[in-house]
Amino acid sequence: MGWAIALHGGAGDIPYSLTPERRQPREEALRHCLQIGIKALNSKFTPLDVVELVVRELENIPHFNAGRGSVLTNKGTVEMEASIMDGKTMKCGAVSGLTTVVNAVSLARLVMENTPHIYLAFDGAEDFARQQGVETVDSSHFITPENIERLNQAKDANRVQIDYTQPIQNDTKNETEPPFANGDSQIGTVGCVAVDSNGNLASATSTGGLVNKMVGRIGDTPVIGAGTYANEFCAVSATGKGEAIIRGTVARDVAALMEFKGLSLKEAADIVVQERTPKGTVGLVAVSAAGEIAMPYNTTGMFRACATEDGYSEVAIWPDTKIE
Amino acid sequence: MAGWAIAVHGGAGVDPNLPPQRQEEAKQLLTHCLNLGISALRSGASAVDVVELVVRQLETDPIFNSGRGSALTAKGTVEMEASIMDGTKRRCGAVSGVSTVKNPVSLARLVMEKSPHSYLAFAGAEEFARQQGVEVVDNEYFITPDNVGMLKLAKEANTIMFDYRIPTEKCAGLESPVKMNGLPISVYAPETVGCVVVDSEGRCAAATSTGGLMNKMSGRIGDSPLIGAGTYACEVCGVSCTGEGEAIIRGTLAREVAAVMEYKDLGLQEAVDFVIKHRLDEGFAGLIAVSNKGEVAYGFNCNGMFRGCATENGFMEVGIWE
Repeated sequence: MGWAIALHGGAGDIPYSLTPERRQPREEALRHCLQIGIKALNSKFTPLDVVELVVRELENIPHFNAGRGSVLTNKGTVEMEASIMDGKTMKCGAVSGLTTVVNAVSLARLVMENTPHIYLAFDGAEDFARQQGVETVDSSHFITPENIERLNQAKDANRVQIDYTQPIQNDTKNETEPPFANGDSQIGTVGCVAVDSNGNLASATSTGGLVNKMVGRIGDTPVIGAGTYANEFCAVSATGKGEAIIRGTVARDVAALMEFKGLSLKEAADIVVQERTPKGTVGLVAVSAAGEIAMPYNTTGMFRACATEDGYSEVAIWPDTKIE
Repeated sequence: MAGWAIAVHGGAGVDPNLPPQRQEEAKQLLTHCLNLGISALRSGASAVDVVELVVRQLETDPIFNSGRGSALTAKGTVEMEASIMDGTKRRCGAVSGVSTVKNPVSLARLVMEKSPHSYLAFAGAEEFARQQGVEVVDNEYFITPDNVGMLKLAKEANTIMFDYRIPTEKCAGLESPVKMNGLPISVYAPETVGCVVVDSEGRCAAATSTGGLMNKMSGRIGDSPLIGAGTYACEVCGVSCTGEGEAIIRGTLAREVAAVMEYKDLGLQEAVDFVIKHRLDEGFAGLIAVSNKGEVAYGFNCNGMFRGCATENGFMEVGIWE
């Protein structure tokens, strides 16, 4: 059995009409990150190192909602969060509310390795980042014109809803997101899961969160068991509507179905995505200790890529059209 | 139709040398909270209302580590967190980094019901609190002389560890043999309070609230506000955990109880026993749980857990030790 890796750049209402100018850089980015992961696995990096490395790369790419390119809060600021988990030891680390740290996933790893805690947030996390000497920049580094535009559209959409005296998202617990003029999805996250030839697993996820979110809003990404999980059975990284992923303890559930009901990775992942979460809210990437890969989603599309040691690789956005 | 059931806890991991008077006070508070809950259940209150009501009482009383009486951060301040979950539709709400809100569990409920999100923290949570008009006070309100003293001891314990140049988690040079969350139990404030309820309609709910770890880094978030770790409720059961935050998070403990019930068809007590026995490795923790069949159960693998439980058929018990 060889290694396997899967990564995502977010699930959501990605329209088929996405223009080439918007589509190609993202496909290219997925391909690029996949290559980085493949190279690292072939060089015998541990899965934990691999997922951190790949997610750092995804964070640095402005086309995805993490690190640079993070979506904005309702105040136009950036608040990033991430988590990482080592399936072998079940150690984990998470951070939220970051505004100046270039690579949230790496700070999450430092929380895991250099503190007696698992999860640090906001000012405390920023202080820790400085203590640890990680790379920090002015918050404006993370903000892209696309995201300013997304925020404006979101605010407009909400304003319209208020005019019709509909509660803003009262039934956001109706969970589906409104489509936008340029078809851009509001949601998204990046993540990576990997397994080496010995069955060691790891997962990492990172995000800027939800467009127009309330300041201080924490999503599923830093919540172990929701957005990220890894144990001896599988490693999972989820993306989509945070609130739905938290209630559904999505990442943990895939592993639980494998462990307690003896389901295969694919069966478990499909059940969680198709039956246990509302349509239009979730996607995930997962690998199992046996080297299998699953990348189900119940949204229109999910930016994703995967590869196995025997040479198979795939980059895709929608169900039917694989790019390669 | 099975009757209602309720359980409360005031934290797992109890100093074996806790003075009898403190033990008595704790048991009285647990009894009082149970009675509050029972009264509400008898009047037909819903599970989620009851867990909020009971945890508010636990937060208000300074005996346990939540609300007033919370453990202190390394800076000597209080940062509280809480979560609540309504099993019926698995709606949930959580807050972290709350420093002026008198009842964090109620703020968590407002996040669940009045915001588009599930979890708010720090400045954002405080702002939401003000928008919602909940009762706020100065941070000093939550700080008790007891905890100021404990913080000092905790810092000394850590100082000893640093003097021996041993990493915080692996202290060899300390006299107290019993440790939780990296601190000797004599200075470890049992963390967390919680309540789980199944009402007369079979609806389950759970809520957990805490000041967190004594001498924690500012910004540290534990298991209590994390859905699936410290708190979980679904159609089948309601669970609230307490103990070593790391162990509870890694073990996704609260969700685990529900998962083995759902996926392995275990009964409530079996599920609780299974999780405590097999999901904690070297970690120490405890939990309380109720099922939609009107059962109540608890388990812990550490030195004591402040708890109480009651069922509609008249059973009632309050305890600390095995």
